[in-house]
This record gives sequence, structure tokens and C-alpha cells, in this order.
Amino acid sequence: MPHSISTNNTLEVRFKLSTQDRENKKASRTYLDINTKIPASGVTAIFGHSGSGKTSLLRCIAGLEKAEQGKVSIHKNSWQETWQDTGYFLPVHKRSIGYVFQEASLFPHLTAQKNLTYAIKRSDKAVSAEFYQRVIGVMGIESILTHYPNQLSGGERQRIAIARALLIQPRLLLMDEPLAALDHQRKQEIIPYLERLHQSFDIPIIYVSHSMDEVARLADHILVLDQGKVIAEGGLTEVFSRINLPQRLEDESGVILNGHIVEQDNEWQLIKIAFANSHIWIPDSADILSEALGKSVRIRILARDVSLSLSNHDDTSIVNRILVTVMDIKSDEDSPMSLVRLKMGKEFLVAKMTKKSVHHLELTVGIQVWAQVKSVALVR
Amino acid sequence: MMLSDADIGALWLTLRLATTVTILLLIIGTPIAWWLSKTSSPFKGPVAAIVALPLVLPPTVLGFYLLIAMGPNGFIGELTQSLGLGTLPFTFWGLVFASVIYSMPFVVQPLHNAMEAIGERPLEVAATLRATPFDRFFTIVLPLAKPGFITASILGFAHTVGEFGVILMIGGNIPDETRVVSVQVYDHVESLEYAQAHSLSALLVIFSFVVLLALYATQRKTSNVGMMK
Amino acid sequence: MHLVRSFSFHLYSITLLLWCTSSQGESIHIAVASNFTHTMKALISEFEQNSPHKIKASYGSSGKIYAQIKHGAPFKLFFSADQSKPLALYNEGLTHSKPFTYALGGLALWSNNKHFNGENLESVLLSGEFNKLAIANPKLAPYGIAAIEVLKNMNLVEATRKKWVRGENIAQTYQFVRTENADIGFVAFSQIVRQPFYWKVPSNLYQPIRQDAVLLKHKSEKNGINNKAALDFIQFLNSLKSQAIIQSYGYRTENNAYIELEMSNKNT
Repeated sequence: MPHSISTNNTLEVRFKLSTQDRENKKASRTYLDINTKIPASGVTAIFGHSGSGKTSLLRCIAGLEKAEQGKVSIHKNSWQETWQDTGYFLPVHKRSIGYVFQEASLFPHLTAQKNLTYAIKRSDKAVSAEFYQRVIGVMGIESILTHYPNQLSGGERQRIAIARALLIQPRLLLMDEPLAALDHQRKQEIIPYLERLHQSFDIPIIYVSHSMDEVARLADHILVLDQGKVIAEGGLTEVFSRINLPQRLEDESGVILNGHIVEQDNEWQLIKIAFANSHIWIPDSADILSEALGKSVRIRILARDVSLSLSNHDDTSIVNRILVTVMDIKSDEDSPMSLVRLKMGKEFLVAKMTKKSVHHLELTVGIQVWAQVKSVALVR
Repeated sequence: MMLSDADIGALWLTLRLATTVTILLLIIGTPIAWWLSKTSSPFKGPVAAIVALPLVLPPTVLGFYLLIAMGPNGFIGELTQSLGLGTLPFTFWGLVFASVIYSMPFVVQPLHNAMEAIGERPLEVAATLRATPFDRFFTIVLPLAKPGFITASILGFAHTVGEFGVILMIGGNIPDETRVVSVQVYDHVESLEYAQAHSLSALLVIFSFVVLLALYATQRKTSNVGMMK
Repeated sequence: MHLVRSFSFHLYSITLLLWCTSSQGESIHIAVASNFTHTMKALISEFEQNSPHKIKASYGSSGKIYAQIKHGAPFKLFFSADQSKPLALYNEGLTHSKPFTYALGGLALWSNNKHFNGENLESVLLSGEFNKLAIANPKLAPYGIAAIEVLKNMNLVEATRKKWVRGENIAQTYQFVRTENADIGFVAFSQIVRQPFYWKVPSNLYQPIRQDAVLLKHKSEKNGINNKAALDFIQFLNSLKSQAIIQSYGYRTENNAYIELEMSNKNT
């Protein structure tokens, strides 16, 4: 799926940040060399392993870190502002951003309510009662407002922190691994709030993460960083259907597909998810979906869960057997594994198999094969 | 207790001196401590060393230099004279000036530590919430450094009360002007009036004990309140 | 002189009796009031040239030394800046001797301010045209008592009281004047004996400032005086040579200094 970036809604980002720019010279080997445009709408994930420079990039955008050479300017509809350019650097407190830190940096001497008030008082435009109620509601924090930060759980603190960042009414919301400091259970508890955040407020979000799960669930657009450089960027489904990403990302390689629920099979408790020209069945494990015909969903299919055969075997436990066309095969010399890119209707799948299997099946670009999809994750 | 009028006068004067000095030190020490905790200037080391110097210098040495500097031919003396203030030795404000210098490290260091302990994060957070540097200082740094301010006030006050050598050098033992408790105790001891010396010293000991007790109580209390969570 | 000689003779017989086996030099500690520091150093240096004994002197305020002695400080001799502290020790039975006067101090009015160069400081004092008058604290220092006496005799106490700044001792009083924080001050003549401008206060305006010393008794000395070095040193102080040294530092001396030993603890 081609992802078009409207020139009207972009964040132009250009940074060169070398270790010498840092105050603490020995602290980091990370350096940044970024020159890109990020859509100023929806959720853009900055994805990469730790040390890839993703947090530095976010801090440079916010102005928390000053790259000696750099440019940040944001276009959003008719509004345009430059935050950094040659000889110009707008201080953090003058940038229209909300920032959510990794650990929920609430002010410890203020109650949750006062933490929010801190933002409300300093917002450029008055916070309407309606907006305030909406933020409180979406984040589900009404009952904990009187507490001090040390009386709250990690997840609650992070929700307050997000609400606080929203109440400053920013043009751009920056989130630096907001879930990283939470345990698995807290993560699961807070992700629905993030999804609702995404759906309820028309505010572009840049979301730094090293978790494929989070990215798959939350992002529309992705910027993949490795060693301070952009190695892939684009729409989420498009980027994940590529098979030429560096080795480091391949362990988690898999595609993300957006579709709709079109049918329910009550006898076998299955749900049919349709794409432009294809479909997939998934188990109806979550009851919430049962009355959601027509609802749009996102699924993720890992490359290692897709196997190929030359004929359609009936004698298998695999439900989803789909006729696909081989588009591309990628084999690295130093790895026994290959990635095969497949076209399923208008969507793509990626299958991971041994080089031996590729050889054995005599796979070549253009032939049709049967993809057997062993497992599908419904991400949202 | 057998306290003479002179003893009570000395007590009052001491309290007045310590209060004035503590207030001035908080006003002067706060920006110094803030600057020290933020700067990466090459002057950081020298400034920190100068502030800490009274910790090392024998009080009589410091007092002697102050006596010279504040005298009619000293640079401070020439300054105060040109401002029409006369010279500072043998005056209450002379003691205030000397005590501010002498007790400076006891105020600046706890403030400096408290401010450093705050770290960058709360300030970054406040900056992303549109707080100007000034705003950040008053709404974040000051409240978060509160334990440091309590410690600094108590130490500054107590240290000024206990000050002796410097005052001895520049005070001139003038009743109700420069004759503070420690000097009064010294006079009692030197003139073999041990009973009076005991009474006044006992008061000082009790006072110091109460002050230190209060200090540890507040430290215990504040250490329970976490920093950024 | 006669008394001294007879005393010395007596003393020698005792020490010889107790220390007949000892012909070695001894080392003793003595305590000296700060204002006598320079003089004492000169005296010790002179003494040690002709004696096998060593004198180790500690200098400090008389009040502090007094307190230290009362709590067992190992001093054999105490040279106070006044009379009261040796007398108190004597009355408390901590000495072998009655106090004796080793020097008499003189009082001078002094200024270090160029403004008063060549002026008659007595008339400056009378005119009241000075910023501060430094005196030693009369409660602590005999020089302070003397200074007050002088002011009383000149009828200047009330007129000058507001300008008094008190040094805790005569050294500090000197400092106040030396650093010109006080225009004028009553200091010890011994402090400014080499200065050009001062007014030596006539001795009829104040009681003599006697600095007394005592020979101290220690618990370990149950058997009486057993310190040849201390006795030698006292004898040396009575010599013409040492009196000349003391005078050269601005003190007066009396030729009739003597020690009357208390022999109550003597055990034969």
C-alpha cells in the first residue's frame, strides 16, 4: 500500500548529532544522521533497537537536545512553524509539543490533579471544560486525581503523564517509550488508553518504541532507525512487507494487514477478515468482536508462521491456505534462512524458510504457491 | 540558671545576628548553589572552593583577614567608606558580613546537593509543559529542594550561633552590638566565672541539641518522600 | 638579692638530696601568657646556652592556661599575664610557691594612623577626635584594668565609653590599632617599644601591672620539689642578664623577686 505524505502535513526533520555535541563526551557512542519527513498526522513510530538513536531523535525534535546542525519544521494544514534551523533554535518551552517520558515523570510534590493544573495553566489557549473532561475520560483517571504520584501505580502515573501532556494542547505529541518502564500486565492495562488517545484526539503522535507489539498495535507510519540512520520508513504495512530490512530486524519480521470483519462462523467460532481481494479466518477468541461485523481490525502475521507448498493440501490442520504469488526471494549468504515475499490479492505476506526448502520447492519469482498461515495475531 | 542582663543581652543579640545571617545566606546562597549545580563553566571548581574555604580556614585567620580587609585601608573598608557606611568592624553589620562569609558553605552545600539531586528530568518535563526557566526554578526547583533549604537554614543558623573566632577578631566586645553568646562565654571562662560560663554554655548545648534533633527529624521525614516517580 | 640567694641555697640542698644520682639535663614544660612570648623566647634561648636543661614553652591566654593547669596540664611553671590566676592556683594548693612578680608591664597610648603622625596622642585622647578607642577587656586583662584606671584619673570614662572597642587580650587590642580599625588604643608598652609614635602613660595614672608566676605542684610529686630544671630557670630569671633582656622588651623588673616554697608536702 503506497503511503502518500501530504506536503501540507509534515514534520521536516534534519539532524546531525555527533558524540562531540554531547555534554558528556564518553556517555554515548550514538550519533544521529537523519534527514526525513515525518507525516504530521496519525501515529508515527520511531522503531529501532536500543542505541539506535531513536530517543535522541525525539529529544532533538523536542529541543531537549541541541544538534549543532539541524532543522525541524512542522506543517500542519495551514499552520507552519520552524523550531530549529541554521542559527536558530527555539527553546523547548516555546515549542508546541507534548512530551511523555519513558518513566512517568510526574512532579512528586504535586498531586495528580495539580500536575494536570500545571499544564492547564501554561497551555497557549484556555483548556475548555469539555476538553478537560474528555482527556480525563479517555485516560480514565477521574478517581485518582487526588493522589500523590508515589501513591499511584506505574500505569496510573503514566496515564496522568499522558493526560498532562495532552492538556498543554500541543500540535505534536512526542512519546518516548511510554510503556518501557512498565511490566507486562501494566502494559496491557495502558495500551487500550493509548489506542483511544489515538482515536479521540486529532493530534499527530511520534511514538518511540523498540517493541514490535506496540508498534503493530499503535502506529500508522514507521521510521526504522539503526545506528543513527533511517533504514526504512513508510506506511506500517508497506514497511513490514519488505524483506530487505537488516538482519537485526528479521527475527521479528512479519506483515501487518488492515482489514474488516465480514463474517462470523458461530459453529466453529471463527471470524472472517477480508482485505481488498483476499481473506483470512481467525479464531473468535475475544468476545468483544462477536457483534463487530464491519469493524476494521489489524492483524499481524509473522514470517515464521507462514509456510509454503506447491499444492493445496487438504490433509493439514492449517485453516488458512491461500494461493499467493512469489514476488521476491531474499537469501543471505551467512544465514541458512530465506525470506520470501508473497502477494495475496492486493496485500503482501512474508514467509520464512530454510534455503534448502526454497531450493527443494524450486521457488522462483512469479510462480504461484499455497501459503499456509499457522497463526495470526489480532493486534487491534 | 544564673543569667545576668549582659548574658540575656548577648543571647538576644546572637538570635538577631543568626536570623539576619540565615535570611541573607538563603538569598545569596540560592543562586550560587543553583549556578554550581547547573554550570559546566571552568569557574565552577574555583567558585566552589572559595565558598568552601571557611570550612578549612581557622576562624581566627579568617577573622584576622576580615579585620584587615574591612579596616580603613582594606578593600572592603574603602568600599564601605566610599559608600558613606564607615567601616564595618565593631558593628552589628560587620558581624553580619563576616558571618555570611563564614557560614556560607553550610548553606550553599546542602542547597547545592539538594538541587543536584533533583536532576535534569523534572526540569525537562517542566520545559515541555511551557514553563520558562524562571518559572521552572520557582515551581520545580525550589519546592523539590525544600529539604535542602531546611537543612541549609538550620545549619546556617546554628553555625552562626556557634561562631566565635571570627567575631572575637572583629567584634570589639560591644554590649548589644557585637558581644554575642560565644564571646560572653569566653569572657566568663577567661575571668574564671565558671558558674556563669556553665549556665550559658548549657543553654548553648541544649539549643544545639534541639536544633540538630530538628534537623535529623526533618531529614528522616523528607527522605520518605521519593524524588521523581 | 639576699633573699634570693638564701632561697637558692635552700633549694639546692633539697634537690641535691632527692636527685643526687641525677646529673643529666632535664626537659620541662612551662606555660606562658601570650604577651610575654617574644621575651620568653629570648630568655629561654639565653638560658639553654649555659644549661643542660631544655625548656619547652606553651603560649596562650592566662585564663586558658589556668583552666588547663587545674585539669592536670603537665606544666612546671606558669607565667601569667596577671596576678589573679597564679594567686588562685596558690590558694587552691596547686603550687609549691607563692606567686612572684617576674615583670611589670607599662601602658602606652598608640596610633598607627598616619593622620595622627607626630601628634600628641594625649591631646588626641582629650579632644575626643578619633573614631574608636581600643582597650583590653578590663574583665580579662590587667592592661584593660589599667586603661580604665587611666581614663578614670583623666576623667574621660563617660566621654569615651561609646568609642571603646574591647580586645579579648592585649594582643587583640594591638591588632585593632595596628589595622587602623581603631584610631587609638591603650596597648602594652612592650608591644610598641620600637614604634615611633606613642604616648607612654605616666605610671602614676595606674596601678603597676604585675605579671606573676608560680612553681606548680603535681600529684606525682608527693615527695616534694624534684625539678632541678625549673629551679635553675627561676634562678636564671633573677640574674642581671635576664632582667636586662626583660627590660629590653619594654617591661620593668623588680630586683627583689623571690620564691617562698611551700614545704607542706615534703616528706623525708
